[in-house]
Amino acid sequence: MELFLHQVLAGIATGGIYACMALAIVMIYQAIDHLNFAQGEMAMFSTFIAWQLIQWEVPYWAAFFITLAVSFAGGYLIERIIMKPIHNAPILSHVALFIALFAVINSLAGFIWEYQIKSFPSPFGTHSVLGEGLISAHDAGMTGVTVTLLVFLFLFFRYTRIGLAMRAAAANPESARLVGIRVEWMLALGWGMAASIGAVAGMLIAPVVFLEPNMMASILLYGFAGAVVGGLTSPGGAVIGGVLVGIIENLAGTFIPYVGSELKLSIALALIVFVLTVKPSGLFGRSVVHRV
Amino acid sequence: MHMHKYLIPAMVLGMAIGTAGPSAAQKKYDPGATDTEIKVGNINPYSGPASAYGTIGKTIDAFFKKVNAEGGVNGRKINFISYDDGYSPPKAVEQARKLVESDEVLLIFQSLGTPSNTAIQKYMNAKQVPQLFVATGATKWGDPKNFPWTMGWQPSYQSESHIYAQYILKNHPNGKIGILYQNDDYGKDYVKGLKDGLGDKAKSMIVAEVPYEVADPTVDSQIINLKASGADIFFNVTTPKFAAQAIKKAAEIGWKPVHILNQVSSSLVSVLKPAGLENSKGILSTGYLKDVTDPQWKNDVGVKNFFAFMDKYFPEGDKTNALSAYGYSVGQTMVQVLKQCGDNLTRENVMKQAANLKDLQQDLFLPGIKANTSATDFYPLDQNQMMKFTGERWEYFGPVLTGATGGS
Amino acid sequence: MAMKTRSAFTDLIAFFGALAVALAPYRRWLILGLVLLIVLPMPFVVKNFFVFQLTLAMVYAIAILGLNLLTGFNGQFSLGHSAFYAIGAYTAAILMDQYDVAYYWTLPIAGIICFVAGFLFGLPALRLEGIYLALATFALAVAMPQILKLSPFEHWTGGVQGIVILKPNAPFGLPLNPDQWLYYFTFAVMLALFLCAYNLVSSRTGRAIKAIRDNSIAAKAMGVNLSLYKSLTFGVSALYTGVAGALGGIVVQFVAPDSFTFALSVALFVGLVVGGVGSIAGALFGAWFVLFVPNIAEHVSKGLAGAVYGIMLILLIYLMPSGLAGLVRLVVMRFARASR
Repeated sequence: MELFLHQVLAGIATGGIYACMALAIVMIYQAIDHLNFAQGEMAMFSTFIAWQLIQWEVPYWAAFFITLAVSFAGGYLIERIIMKPIHNAPILSHVALFIALFAVINSLAGFIWEYQIKSFPSPFGTHSVLGEGLISAHDAGMTGVTVTLLVFLFLFFRYTRIGLAMRAAAANPESARLVGIRVEWMLALGWGMAASIGAVAGMLIAPVVFLEPNMMASILLYGFAGAVVGGLTSPGGAVIGGVLVGIIENLAGTFIPYVGSELKLSIALALIVFVLTVKPSGLFGRSVVHRV
Repeated sequence: MHMHKYLIPAMVLGMAIGTAGPSAAQKKYDPGATDTEIKVGNINPYSGPASAYGTIGKTIDAFFKKVNAEGGVNGRKINFISYDDGYSPPKAVEQARKLVESDEVLLIFQSLGTPSNTAIQKYMNAKQVPQLFVATGATKWGDPKNFPWTMGWQPSYQSESHIYAQYILKNHPNGKIGILYQNDDYGKDYVKGLKDGLGDKAKSMIVAEVPYEVADPTVDSQIINLKASGADIFFNVTTPKFAAQAIKKAAEIGWKPVHILNQVSSSLVSVLKPAGLENSKGILSTGYLKDVTDPQWKNDVGVKNFFAFMDKYFPEGDKTNALSAYGYSVGQTMVQVLKQCGDNLTRENVMKQAANLKDLQQDLFLPGIKANTSATDFYPLDQNQMMKFTGERWEYFGPVLTGATGGS
Repeated sequence: MAMKTRSAFTDLIAFFGALAVALAPYRRWLILGLVLLIVLPMPFVVKNFFVFQLTLAMVYAIAILGLNLLTGFNGQFSLGHSAFYAIGAYTAAILMDQYDVAYYWTLPIAGIICFVAGFLFGLPALRLEGIYLALATFALAVAMPQILKLSPFEHWTGGVQGIVILKPNAPFGLPLNPDQWLYYFTFAVMLALFLCAYNLVSSRTGRAIKAIRDNSIAAKAMGVNLSLYKSLTFGVSALYTGVAGALGGIVVQFVAPDSFTFALSVALFVGLVVGGVGSIAGALFGAWFVLFVPNIAEHVSKGLAGAVYGIMLILLIYLMPSGLAGLVRLVVMRFARASR
């Protein structure tokens, strides 16, 4: 029983990582109606920028917010400069561009900062909360930040004019233009915000998994799983989905005999496929109805 | 008077005999070798999941530049051609074929990764091109009977595990062992070595064997499981990133077993420091190269040579990166083999000289460690010394040991 | 003087334009003839290594064609074709290694197994659209290497060590080395499969498949059985990629879980976009891009090879958003217009 509890808590901890990433994914999906495969790499690059600032003796929180700003600008610029020329191209070209971005950012990061792992500081410390070894302060802090971010996003989309404009631009660009919304600005804004959220995710994840250019690849995958399970249209669902994926993955790895550990990843993926088949909009998402 | 009649013919004959010595005054070349250069091929992962190891390729490239700047090998410059395989076996096959058939190298040296080397092994042996000093410790590379053109270099993983097994049997005969291993060739090789080394006691002593995948973001869950299994000896078979995570998590959950860490991840700078030096206190491992950050080698000639090399020829590299020390050492061994070849630069002679290393010592080998090969022994290095981490540096203890030369 | 050269120039263009228009109905034969002229003598003109690369390019072309059938012609987004490629490759390897089956039999067997696999995957995929389908197939691609490493299957798959297979020799004692023989064999298979694909796409079934891509609701309203066609297309697409995988395994002589990661799916996808969605001939160009551009990128800069590759891809997409096939179509249209 104790093992079960430990694994659940550990699952919540890793799930927190996935939830963070899932939030960034859902964010960009809400903004541009596409899934950006380069999201993880952008988050990793932002984390490296933060690391570099810290190496230059910039205090943690200053580096944190500078990185957020730089990431926002970066995401905005990427949309304006790189994505703009193919706005009207078919979706496949967009995906190919995401793949190209992935390759460029990954390669650049490896070139600048090399592939040796680096430790990244946590603002919450590493001591344990709730008794020895059950859950660390960082894990708790990470969950807290994710939830805060979630609330902020919820309020932003629901109750601000820009939030509403963004949702309109993503849902129906033509109609949005007709009511005076500057769709291009909204897209770029969406990218900027997604980049910033990704940076937060990266900076929270790095203390646990250690910073290196390939750190985000598998996390992106679990993030997708979490986003899908929770529902691509629901930020709250994405967070819960991420945590669920973490818990299920850990329990499966521990309690399924013989092949449990080997199958952890496959289980996360089977989960994606299962949820997609049974309830494509995810646990908390809204079904999207297409008008003919 | 009549002596003069024979003097000149005698002199000519004498000169002919003198120069036609057994070490071939005639030069013999296979593709890739000429009077002025030797083409050495290499396949390294400069991109993809194993890109951290690309540093080895870069270090070797710099090292050969140094050798060339100092006159080359027997007057010939080394032309080092290195291609990226992204740690993908089909790409490795393509690059190997490119090196052999298009670039026409004399040999392929230090190709990295067990999957990549497995993919090209049959091809290299069929084409009779040396696959020399492969950059993996998998035990299967020392098999001259079936693969006479393939040779490893570093102490094999199984031989390393044997040493750990002996240590455990001697010091903790009633211990319970929990193993964390990477679920691939390399991890399984280590585990096999430990089990073989423990012999009959393996079954009773090993209480948990927990794998992880390279694709896993963390091994935190596995560490929790290992603690719960009641193990008090932890055999940690992980690559640097996961090793750091494992050490950190174990400390976090208050698990303090006898911690044996595989040599692959014993780097102070790359693993122990990120994981936390306090957390790493007491960890055991083995080594065969000097840790250049260790102050005890401050005045060591070999280490000084290495630093001088890094400063001049690889200034953008990190002197403290164990991979560079490794690249430097294996580069030196390669140069030694080429030197031994003299003017007979055929592929067959390259293998012959590689199988003819006697008590070879390089700059960064620990004192007492020597490379030895023979026609039946294709494991150049099979010695290791155990070391313990004091919280500040690695401290060697005990004798230089030889793990049983794997074989299986 | 200027007037004269200008009219000579436009005359020249008009001439070629008229030629293009006149030959247009026969262009398929012309292209075929040209291709044969270039392709057939290759193995005797270039080094063995290049023959090997060309063979590999053809293998990828078949795989990309498979993906094109599903994504380009039927509109079903797949990022999971590396899984089918892997199934085909392992089928061939296991049959040749453990059951001593001749290499040419492994192709149809791999094809059938992959067809079934594709069809079965296509069934639940019916409910998924666009990005969701992409995710599901993405999951499949990432799971495949893990599944291949599973210990219960190690006996057949060789686990992480993979399986090494031998290259077949030329039959009937033909004076060809194994590389050259495989080149021709692969070319024959590719030609056959391409022709079949072309026939499929131009047939009634093909039109139904394309209709589903263009407007599935309208297609359904017109009586096209969506479930049947979509699943069948998935199956056929998997068949093509599976046969490619089997061929690929034979050409490379080695299969291992790490050979079939998600990166392969990405490569196939990039090849699809670069060659031109909905273009059969474009698959070959896409295959060339995917095989040779990374080498070129590495040549340009070892450390930044990935970045160079990415930039080249970005430029290509800007210049040819509909792939090479789209560009060719544009050029041909220009010539047709100029000749009037």
